[in-house]
Amino acid sequence: MKVLMFGWEFPPHISGGLGTACYGLTKALVNRGTQILFVVPRAFGDEEMNLIDASEILISEPDKMVLTNLNAHIDTPARLEVIGVPSGIKPYTFGSQSQLYAIENWSYEIQSATQEIGKAKKYKFSGTYGSQLLEEVISYSEVAVALAKHHSFDVIHAHDWLTYQAGIKAKEVSGKPLVMHVHATEFDRAAQIDPQVYAIEREGFEKADRIVAVSDRTKRILVSRYGIPQEKISVVHNGIVAKKKQAAVSAPRLGKKIVSFLGRITYQKGPHYFVEAARKVLLHLPDVHFVMAGSGDLLPAVIERVAQLRLSSRFHFTGFLKGSQVDKIWSMSDLYVMPSVSEPFGLASLEAIQSGVPVIISKQSGVAEVMPHAIAVNFWEVDRLANAMLHVLRRPSLSNTLRKNSKQSLKQITWETAAIKINHLYHELASKN
Amino acid sequence: MSSLQRINPMRSLNLYFQVHQPRRLRGLSFFDIGKNETYFDDALNERIICEVARRCYWPANLLLLKLIQRYPQVRITFSISGSALEQLEKFCPAVLESFRMLASTKSVEFLGETYYHSLCSLVDPLEFADQVTKHSDAIERLFGVKPTVFRNTELIYSDHLGELVQQLGFKGVYLDGIQKILRQRSPNRLYAHPYAGDLKLLLRNYRLSDDIAFRFSDMSWEEHPLTVSKFLYWIEQYPSHDQLINLGMDYETFGEHQKSETGVLRFLDDLLTAIARHKKIEMVTASEAIQRLATEECISVPTHISWADRERNLSAWLGNDMQRDAFRSMNKLKKDVIDTGRPSLLNTWRHLQTSDHFYYMSTKKHDDGKVHEYFSHYSSPYEAFMNYMNAIADLEHKILKAQKPLEKNQPSQHVVKEISAMNNIVEKFSHLI
Repeated sequence: MKVLMFGWEFPPHISGGLGTACYGLTKALVNRGTQILFVVPRAFGDEEMNLIDASEILISEPDKMVLTNLNAHIDTPARLEVIGVPSGIKPYTFGSQSQLYAIENWSYEIQSATQEIGKAKKYKFSGTYGSQLLEEVISYSEVAVALAKHHSFDVIHAHDWLTYQAGIKAKEVSGKPLVMHVHATEFDRAAQIDPQVYAIEREGFEKADRIVAVSDRTKRILVSRYGIPQEKISVVHNGIVAKKKQAAVSAPRLGKKIVSFLGRITYQKGPHYFVEAARKVLLHLPDVHFVMAGSGDLLPAVIERVAQLRLSSRFHFTGFLKGSQVDKIWSMSDLYVMPSVSEPFGLASLEAIQSGVPVIISKQSGVAEVMPHAIAVNFWEVDRLANAMLHVLRRPSLSNTLRKNSKQSLKQITWETAAIKINHLYHELASKN
Repeated sequence: MSSLQRINPMRSLNLYFQVHQPRRLRGLSFFDIGKNETYFDDALNERIICEVARRCYWPANLLLLKLIQRYPQVRITFSISGSALEQLEKFCPAVLESFRMLASTKSVEFLGETYYHSLCSLVDPLEFADQVTKHSDAIERLFGVKPTVFRNTELIYSDHLGELVQQLGFKGVYLDGIQKILRQRSPNRLYAHPYAGDLKLLLRNYRLSDDIAFRFSDMSWEEHPLTVSKFLYWIEQYPSHDQLINLGMDYETFGEHQKSETGVLRFLDDLLTAIARHKKIEMVTASEAIQRLATEECISVPTHISWADRERNLSAWLGNDMQRDAFRSMNKLKKDVIDTGRPSLLNTWRHLQTSDHFYYMSTKKHDDGKVHEYFSHYSSPYEAFMNYMNAIADLEHKILKAQKPLEKNQPSQHVVKEISAMNNIVEKFSHLI
């Protein structure tokens, strides 16, 4: 089984859960013998896997053709002079089992066009979520055409709306079945739905042969908001990559207890509910500190609210954090709260549990479906949330039990389980094709 | 009035220049809390003060020395903050030496202010007295004379402040001559405090001052270009009983805020030369004005005014919740800082009182916002706030560590009382803003 997979980010260069999920799933699939051509808009070369860097794909107008030395069987248009620029991407290795883990050893030798033609191009993607996002999404689909034309594969798999156009184009070119993987919908991202994004998502869901949703909650949104028939959607919960035991990291010690919030500071994540609950907690436990790790469009408003409540000396805003810094946050936290208004899954809560931090999640989080023992409250019930926080902070017996039970449940939530389901799906689709 | 005119046909002109540089903070991350590192970016501070010295302090001081040599009747009044003095002493000793040469001419007077260019007059009379005394001592040590006239940080002033200043032995104090307090009266006279002994009030003529400080190089200003004859004409046009004109501005106006290419230093040269030769205008220092001129009326200032922004109140530093909460969080540490008995911690805490730190957190828009931005080394007020609060959190940590040996078996004294019941000093002033 060979899969052409489109993603937008990949560890260690990630801004959210999408990249982490893509990594976990891909690694588990490769483990099960699936070959994966994983495409990202921009590869940095230090990823743990070998990726196809869309920024290095040459597209020649008007053929929109990818030219590589590797694919020598493709007729090189006579008007192009092959120069051959090594991309620097090396066959990736996974420790000693490099052969076993081989996704695909793409050693791209990119050609550039001669000056007299001047029509061939490469898109240099930022691969971020900046102002050029829509343009990049469209350009990315052009790269997908080039890739689909010149590589063989059995299934196409696209992760989130940014790559849906790429998936659709690859399907049009190759005729291969298309899986759309929904890590989040526009309804989970913004208070204001962007009609363009919604349209791209809807088109993607309609043109997909199969949709994978990360939770029942997400499946319900696809049915109710996008009018997608239930039978087209399979729920595959995310897993979590087992982490090596790490040496204790030194982290700032603040106050008696530390409660953390980790994620984008956006409407979807419910940062304001965190602040309001914290305010109530501080009435009873004045020496608790609250760390809000992450950045986002609501950060200024949240800072202002905290200042208005005169709680700035109990709140700490870290800005966006990288992997090792996230580990530090976990190591110092006594409690993690994820009060998401709409959370398709919520990988961060599993990471917290894995790091031995008790968690409180909102009932509006997909992860609640796989964590029967977690404390879950409705995001708008600030009193209940504050109450739960106080209980966990005050009673070691409760926090210890939570910690233990949650770790137990974690054993069931693996990427292997997810990979088995998805592999099954691939075979089903490929055989129909 | 006509009798006055007969007695003294000369009009007095007082030129007061403010020299201040804050001790700017370095970029402090959340993870720096507890690391026992410095908060100050002294490399940046050195770079800035050396650059300002090269463009302004040095050439302007040389110019003044030259003018005073030629025209001993030239009079200049300086106020130099303690944090600027420290930096000059450390990074630009030659410039400090040139100020000492100016001091030795007897044509120059130095004013008193808070050593740390702080807002402590608003909340803590004892702290205020300490900082003023520290500044007076520094001025006496460096320039050989104790200040007798006061200017508070950014000309923040109220009747109450006048009283404090009088109690500390000063004969006069500067304030901004704004319409709100003058009510049709002229700023160009020596006024008296309504009840604080015999304290004299020097009112800054903000219109003439800002014509130089803000509008000198403004091409869209209808009076551009500003010439000496035009400027003198404006002064001559005042009614003859307008006996004292106080011009007050940042010294950095000459070569830094207004670059030397605009001809601002040349203007200063020509203006002082013209006034020195003028038959009806004599230059006075602040204390000479107080000695020579009679006061006829009192000015009452029940609520705080300042020379900053359009509002001329405290809103430049305490206008939004971030500023007020940061200010409150800093002030709250006073007792604990003092209890540690460590002068270095006390000094650090006091450097965190410098008004500029709060100025950077202003979220004002439009013209005032641009002025705030000009002075700030942060990319946003939120960044300034987060950075400052990281310093405060670290200082709390340092205080706690310094306290530990004393109270091994006691619960942390540091635990703050119920947040809701916290005595909020800043709130007392919020109605004034």
